[in-house]
Amino acid sequence: MKVLSEDRTRILFEKLSKYIGVNVKLLIDRPDGTYCFREKKDRVYYISERLLQLAQTVNPDHLVSAGTCFGKFTKTNKFRLHITALTYIAPYASYKIWVKPSAEQQFLYGHHVLKSGLGRITENTPKHQGVVIYTMSDIPIGFGITSRSTAECRHADPLANIAFHQADIGEYIRSEDTLM
Amino acid sequence: MGRKAKFDETKKVKKGPGRKARKQPDPIFRKELHVLPKFNQCSRGLSHRQKQRAARRLKKKAQLVEKKKAAKQAKKNVNQEEKKEMSEDDISNDEEVKGGFTDENKEWLKLKKPTKTKSKVEKPVSESDEESGSELDSGSGKEDSDDNEEVEEDNEKESGGKENYKVGKLDDLFEDSDNENAGENGLESDDDAPKMAYDSDSSEGDGKDGDDKEDDDMLPIEKANLKLKKKQKLNQKLADEEMQLNIAKQDVFAFPTEEELQNPTSLQDIHQRIKDIVTVLGDFNRLKQEGKSRCEYTELLLKDLCTYYSYNEFLMEILMQIFPVQELVEFLEASEMSRPVTIRTNSLKTRRRDLAQALINRGVNLDPVGKWSKVGLVIYSSTVPIGATPEYLAGHYILQGASSFLPVMALAPQENERILDMCAAPGGKASHIAAIMKNTGALFANDANKDRTKAVVGNFHRLGVVNAVVCNYDGRQFPNVIKGFDRVLLDAPCTGTGVIAKDPSVKTTKDQKDIQRCFNLQRQLLLAAIDCCNAKSSTGGYIVYSTCSILPEENEWVVNHALKRRNVKLVPTGLDFGTEGFVKYRHHRFHPSLKLTRRFYPHTHNMDGFFVAKLKKFSNVIPEPFKDEDDEEEVDGEKVATENGDASTSEEKDDQTNKTNGPLKRPAPTDTKEPQKKKKAKEDKSDETEEKAEVSVEGKKKKNKKNKQKGTANEAQEKTSNVNENLNIDKTDETGKAQNEKQQNLSKDSTNSGNTQSPKKKGKKNKKNKNKQPNPTIVSKNEQNVTEKVQLEVSKKLKNKMKKKKKIGQINNKNKNKETKSAKPIQKFKTKNKS
Repeated sequence: MKVLSEDRTRILFEKLSKYIGVNVKLLIDRPDGTYCFREKKDRVYYISERLLQLAQTVNPDHLVSAGTCFGKFTKTNKFRLHITALTYIAPYASYKIWVKPSAEQQFLYGHHVLKSGLGRITENTPKHQGVVIYTMSDIPIGFGITSRSTAECRHADPLANIAFHQADIGEYIRSEDTLM
Repeated sequence: MGRKAKFDETKKVKKGPGRKARKQPDPIFRKELHVLPKFNQCSRGLSHRQKQRAARRLKKKAQLVEKKKAAKQAKKNVNQEEKKEMSEDDISNDEEVKGGFTDENKEWLKLKKPTKTKSKVEKPVSESDEESGSELDSGSGKEDSDDNEEVEEDNEKESGGKENYKVGKLDDLFEDSDNENAGENGLESDDDAPKMAYDSDSSEGDGKDGDDKEDDDMLPIEKANLKLKKKQKLNQKLADEEMQLNIAKQDVFAFPTEEELQNPTSLQDIHQRIKDIVTVLGDFNRLKQEGKSRCEYTELLLKDLCTYYSYNEFLMEILMQIFPVQELVEFLEASEMSRPVTIRTNSLKTRRRDLAQALINRGVNLDPVGKWSKVGLVIYSSTVPIGATPEYLAGHYILQGASSFLPVMALAPQENERILDMCAAPGGKASHIAAIMKNTGALFANDANKDRTKAVVGNFHRLGVVNAVVCNYDGRQFPNVIKGFDRVLLDAPCTGTGVIAKDPSVKTTKDQKDIQRCFNLQRQLLLAAIDCCNAKSSTGGYIVYSTCSILPEENEWVVNHALKRRNVKLVPTGLDFGTEGFVKYRHHRFHPSLKLTRRFYPHTHNMDGFFVAKLKKFSNVIPEPFKDEDDEEEVDGEKVATENGDASTSEEKDDQTNKTNGPLKRPAPTDTKEPQKKKKAKEDKSDETEEKAEVSVEGKKKKNKKNKQKGTANEAQEKTSNVNENLNIDKTDETGKAQNEKQQNLSKDSTNSGNTQSPKKKGKKNKKNKNKQPNPTIVSKNEQNVTEKVQLEVSKKLKNKMKKKKKIGQINNKNKNKETKSAKPIQKFKTKNKS
């Protein structure tokens, strides 16, 4: 558990702000105690200071995880957001896409969101914006990046991509080993 | 949850679409239960009123009989006079006679009983009616309350009887005799009241007569009713007889011959035999075959069960010790069936009602798990894979056996506590804890297996648990890492005898060694868990120990061990169902508070076999390890044995325990001489010590030690004289001497280390020999203090000790001989290693 370097912090926050915009600062200033980002084996954990102190008593070799894993830095020093961050990202998301029940399963298997599966979309979503994907019953099921803005969506072909797949909750099963 | 008996057979439960999972069949009730209602009909037929009436009836009957006798006497006299006149009156007059009476009679008859005729008119039943031929009601008034009928019948009979014989005395003889018959019938029928109503039917001649006469007046439906009643009665009779026959037949179970046993038969035959043996064992005295002992039956049963359910004999033997045979078969049967799939709602993300609705929309057939849980749901059938629905992936629920809720419910975590789950993988219980804590406080989830911790992490993230630290330690080392938890949950690894339905390999793979390995690990884990807990916590200080095994070795015995070794006590688990833990099991006698633990069985609770115990820690002090002898030394012996890799088999263990219990008394007579010897020797010793105490102050410490060691050496020597096992004791002597030399060589500065050792050794010895000494720790401390105090005190104390030794040596020498023999060398080796 070490403090993130300046550089990596910047990369992390850039990535996060793609999805939740200015709400990033809400992750840091919380009413229920201070939270911080810590790095362990390139993985970034979001953890409260109080829990961190307890976790530090555990030998790093034996520590598997503490708090919530947000994602990991790749070897090319880019930050990849994991689906495990959904718990914190979803409430703060500013742009959302709802998919139809018929397209849920498609997305959970790792496919992109097509126009035919699009149920709803937040007004004036720009192009290439990070979004959180919801089911019609308002269950967050993953992240994506829009390939078209809301206006463009209206006139898109039924088979055209609306959002690129980034992460989905199907990964808990599909890639349980690599995720953690 | 739970099977639903089809009490209402008319209502048929519709099966939903989709593949049908294998379900437990409806419960089968034992024969006795089916038979019961019939007995009840017979035995419980009489109400209070009915009894009263019966009593009254009897009274009246008695009166009637008396009157009859008197009347008969009178009749005889009168008859002879009047017979001739009467014979002239023919049967054609009969009806007249019956309707009214001949003129002469009319007068005095009416005078006698005007009231009774009235009742007769109102209520026409049975014989009198047949004769009078007045409108018959008995058929149509089928549901006339029998009681009324009976009573009035009585009146009638009385009146009828009187009337009839009076008529008879006027009329023909035939009529008279007939009436008398009827009167007798009435008497008979009175004896068993419930039959009364149909009595006329039961007596053949009467009934037929009645029928013939009634035929004219009865409606067809009434006739049919009468017939039906007759038939029913007959059937009932036959059924009763048959049942008696069956009962008589049941006890015919011939013990199979050896040839039959050697030739393998079909599984069905074996199954039948199992059933038979179980019934025989249920009522052994009555049903046994002459010359066969219970032992033979149980052995045969054991073999049959092993073949039928494919268990190994070892496990089956243990199971037979846990359950009575009837229950055992139920347990084995239940262990074949898989339990219903249950899920736990993740209260961090959703509510049970919402989840149930969402799943029903996906075509899942479910029900709440029971009143005891607010988060459990049972899945009966599902059209979608229940472990891959979007709700599952979104962390709204987790697949978890119903029994896994129990330890967490027993733990009852509070918000803002620090809680440890020692064996957490795959994280079901730990996430349940987090959900109850509402993600506050801190949760440590530990598991010894690194691969399995990944599942914990995965589940935690899926379920949205954010207050958790997942780590990978051997649970036994955890107290070295972090302590001071408010609550600790230990779901210890076990043999899994409670979840045979899930993993049938348990049936054949487990043996004594596995069990021993398990419970040794469990004991260590439980002690570690207790050490991790903080007794001073304002809200907690609780430890919950649970296993999915039903063997007492892994449950009660482990808890019992912890009760002795740590400052903990058992508290109620807070689970309002489940059976109490064992206090006695075979030769073991556990602490009485083990009643507070809870056991769950597949056949009674329809969940996996499970054990839950809740402990409260009341002090952080760890008591000196050797507090109690019997259990501890046994355990130590076993531990060492397992460490050495030569675990003793069950028989060996039994032998050990027998050694401690059984043969103790046998060598007693030979030992009786020894204590006296010892006494003398010790007196000598005490004299010596006194002398030495007088000698000098400076050499005090050394001599003190010397004395002790001498004492031990002497004891050992005595034992050599007692026992033939020279080898062991030689070793002990050697070690003792070696220590002597060492300690003599030690300078005064280094005596501290010697001090620390010797009291311990002494403590051990004392504890073996002194049963009555309450607190060994104090003694050892005293010894340390003594070395720094004045000479006199030393000598006094020494004297006291010697006295104590003497006393206890007398009492215990015979008892402890064997134990000490086995245990001493081991301890000596340990001390040697330390030094």
